[in-house]
Amino acid sequence: MLAKSRVYLLVLAMAAAVLVLAVGCGDGEEEPSPTATAGTPSALTGKLEIFSWWTTGGEAAGLQKLFDLYPSACPGDVEIVNATVAGGGGAAARQVLTTRMLGGDPPGSFQVHMGHELTDTWVTTNYMEPIDALFQQEGWNSVFPQGILDIISYQGKPYSVPVNIHRANVLWYNKKVFTDNNLQPPATFDEFFTVADALKAKGITPLALGDVESFASVQLLETVLLGSLGADGYNGLWTGTTDWNGADVTAALDTFKKLLGYVNSDHSSLSWDQANDLVISGEAAMTIMGDWLHGDNKAKNFQDSGWAPSPGTTGMYDALSDTFGLPKDDPNPDAAKCWLKVAGSKAGQEAFNPLKGSICARTDCDRSLFDEYLQSAMDDWAQDAIVPSLAHGAAASPSWLADISDAVTAFVTDQDVGGLQSRLVDACKAATVCS
Amino acid sequence: MTASGAANGVDERRRLPRSRLRHLLRTITGDQAAAVVLIVPSVLAVGVFVYGFIGWSALVSVSKWNTVRPDYTYVGLDNFRTLFDNFRFQIDIRNTIFFTAVFVGACLVIGFGLAALLDRQIKGEGIFRSIYLFPMAVSFIVTGVVWRWLLAPRAGVNLLTEKAGFSPIHYGWYTDPTIHYVHAGSRFADVLHWAGLGFLADPNYGIPMAMISVVIAATWQMSGFVMVMYLAGLRAIPEELREAARVDGASEVQILRRISLPLLRPVTLSAMIILGHQSLKIFDLVISMTRRGPGFATDVPALFMYETTFQANNFSRGAAISIVMLVAVSILVVPYLAWSLRREARL
Repeated sequence: MLAKSRVYLLVLAMAAAVLVLAVGCGDGEEEPSPTATAGTPSALTGKLEIFSWWTTGGEAAGLQKLFDLYPSACPGDVEIVNATVAGGGGAAARQVLTTRMLGGDPPGSFQVHMGHELTDTWVTTNYMEPIDALFQQEGWNSVFPQGILDIISYQGKPYSVPVNIHRANVLWYNKKVFTDNNLQPPATFDEFFTVADALKAKGITPLALGDVESFASVQLLETVLLGSLGADGYNGLWTGTTDWNGADVTAALDTFKKLLGYVNSDHSSLSWDQANDLVISGEAAMTIMGDWLHGDNKAKNFQDSGWAPSPGTTGMYDALSDTFGLPKDDPNPDAAKCWLKVAGSKAGQEAFNPLKGSICARTDCDRSLFDEYLQSAMDDWAQDAIVPSLAHGAAASPSWLADISDAVTAFVTDQDVGGLQSRLVDACKAATVCS
Repeated sequence: MTASGAANGVDERRRLPRSRLRHLLRTITGDQAAAVVLIVPSVLAVGVFVYGFIGWSALVSVSKWNTVRPDYTYVGLDNFRTLFDNFRFQIDIRNTIFFTAVFVGACLVIGFGLAALLDRQIKGEGIFRSIYLFPMAVSFIVTGVVWRWLLAPRAGVNLLTEKAGFSPIHYGWYTDPTIHYVHAGSRFADVLHWAGLGFLADPNYGIPMAMISVVIAATWQMSGFVMVMYLAGLRAIPEELREAARVDGASEVQILRRISLPLLRPVTLSAMIILGHQSLKIFDLVISMTRRGPGFATDVPALFMYETTFQANNFSRGAAISIVMLVAVSILVVPYLAWSLRREARL
């Protein structure tokens, strides 16, 4: 009798505990919104959650402008929820997004780098809806350059709307240092090394690098590959038509090695903007960095900044973009589609980009809204060959990028070109692009 | 978790019909009932949220899950094989072993030194104790950021010597990519080769100089904790023993070596285990201070695991790294737990 009651009590207690756990787990799940499938596009209701890592400065202000445009473009009573996760160029946000998507709780629409970061993470795994109908309806196939349409499409269908464009292959230089030393900004690698030797002789660091975050050295490599192989050769690296084992890639890697001989010795302790401080102070003459550096120069009130395409890349636009897409099982798909409409519209892009410090992905934005650098970038955008950026997720899948990034981190220290090339070949094989 | 689960269990019991509860309470003592009710939720919670998830990680580590879409196709030990072939992981193992050895050693020496000094019945002992223990109250993230600045080549320590009027030092600290190792072809490498240890002449069996900066930061944080452990250990040694030694004419150094240190062996072991398991899985300090470091000189398995899993979406490889880390920690902790359980049983 005694033993039986004890067993009974034990079972009871376990049942109670299971109940507690079950209730605790159940709390996390939200009922799908009843408005998910109901209603016509003309009467939008419910909540629309926009997920991004735009939390500060011009980015956040630009995002707010887009939110402000939403009610007039999308009649109804949609409440926009600004779901942001700060930090790390989106690394923290991507983790939260992964958790939510895998947990069956996608946001209405989310910010994601265009290209393979989106395609190989969410499209090939069947988490996204194609939005070709929206592109046709809005006539976007003619306002976005073909180069960008290729990058955002998978099997012929676009999967995201590019809001802005940044350029990765920009050489930023200190004009005063260059005029003081009677130098011209270099357009080719030969010119670069001539200029760099002259600067080195004067005790000036030719090229500032800050690669505490590994993307900076990967991005430097990508501009060298682009400058050496040209746009077609560079694009071929990501589709398997350019041989990673080829002599031209070896030559590019040799150039990369030579370039690293001209950087500041403490590069691994600096971030990209701290490297820019060296250029601003005149301690270094140049840095190769994306055009978000222009915003850093403006914030630091640096007037003597000059810019040019990085060596060998004149006529090429190494692009990265923040885009928004439409997840499958979107809790409010009609409201989300209308958000994409706003994000891709002329008014939306003209409101967002001057604040963000980027150019429109569209080619028909009003030039007068942008400053001198951005106007020159817009000119290039309309005519240059557009290629996807490696370091920012456009060119290769996240796991391929991680392998390349590991190989580059090792190379920056050991400077072993043969080792780097064989690791890059292995990385391409692991990504199943090369055989 | 345990506390709230237990509280809920008690609530559940309270809601039972009164008569039945009285009946139950008559058949078993209140203590027994309370013990079962209190322990079951935490056992379940630990079972699910610790051991269940460890089991799940093990399952993922032998699967093909390398995109965001889960794929539990069994691939055997492939993930582990490619992992141990991976050059970055090999470097990580070297770094972890070096970091653990130097960090634990430095903490033990400094901690014991401080404890021995404080154990002299000095005035204001409480103040010193607090000062030395304070760094432990700081999060590793904060420690990492502070030491990143202190040891940055353009700031902090390097600048301090210059401002103090000494000649400026240009030491690279955590930006120094130097790996000290036996170079193949050197005389020592020949000796190693002769002894059948030729494989040791390789950078993967070297000493990464940049890691020393991380060791400094970690030691700064944890040696106070070791000091407190040793201080408690020293206080537990009966004064009579030392007194007797003094009567026998032993010097203070002899007393320390022959009496205190042997009696402190359990403290040393506990400290080694606590510090050792912490250093094997260190992450927060490294990510906030140096990240990968030059040529992965300060990279650690936890950082590799984080990047592999959450940036490259290679969940199976990430799980494999975490299982390797778990095994490494287990090798350290399990014998210790077994030892201390046996000791408890003896007492």
